[in-house]
Amino acid sequence: MIEVVFISIGLFFFFAGIVGLIRFPDLYTRIHTITKADNIGLGFIIVGVIIHFGSLSIAIELLLIWIVVMFASASLGYMIANRALKDEQ
Amino acid sequence: MNDFFIFSIVFLIILLLIGFIRIFLGPTAIDRVLALQLFGTISVAIIILLSTIMGESFFIVALVFALLSAITSIAFIKRVWV
Repeated sequence: MIEVVFISIGLFFFFAGIVGLIRFPDLYTRIHTITKADNIGLGFIIVGVIIHFGSLSIAIELLLIWIVVMFASASLGYMIANRALKDEQ
Repeated sequence: MNDFFIFSIVFLIILLLIGFIRIFLGPTAIDRVLALQLFGTISVAIIILLSTIMGESFFIVALVFALLSAITSIAFIKRVWV
């Protein structure tokens, strides 16, 4: 029962991220939704799946996947914004 | 419980199809690469949910998808973007 709540919250954050990606007016603001909202949605879904399985090795594996996705999105957000700013000048 | 997982996978696929609008609209090429990154994140979520339905563990496939999307975006920024 608890995993239904967590996965629903994750789906809501994904939905908010997609709506922001379509409606935001600028490239710099769209980077925010990709790096923040979608990754938090993925984190909530992973917490729900960990509760569903209930084993320690699967929990460590899934948390490592989430950490890799967070690091990649954060550094890519900086690279994209840096390059776009340099192109404008 | 399986019904709820199947519903959430269908919901994520619908969100992906809505995300394609940004690939059509995006004025620059970098907006389209941003939408491709979204593609990678959603596919990681879909694979994790799919492997809980099937009972086997496919989490290494999800890791490969995440790394592929990151490497694709880095290759675009460093090599292709004029």
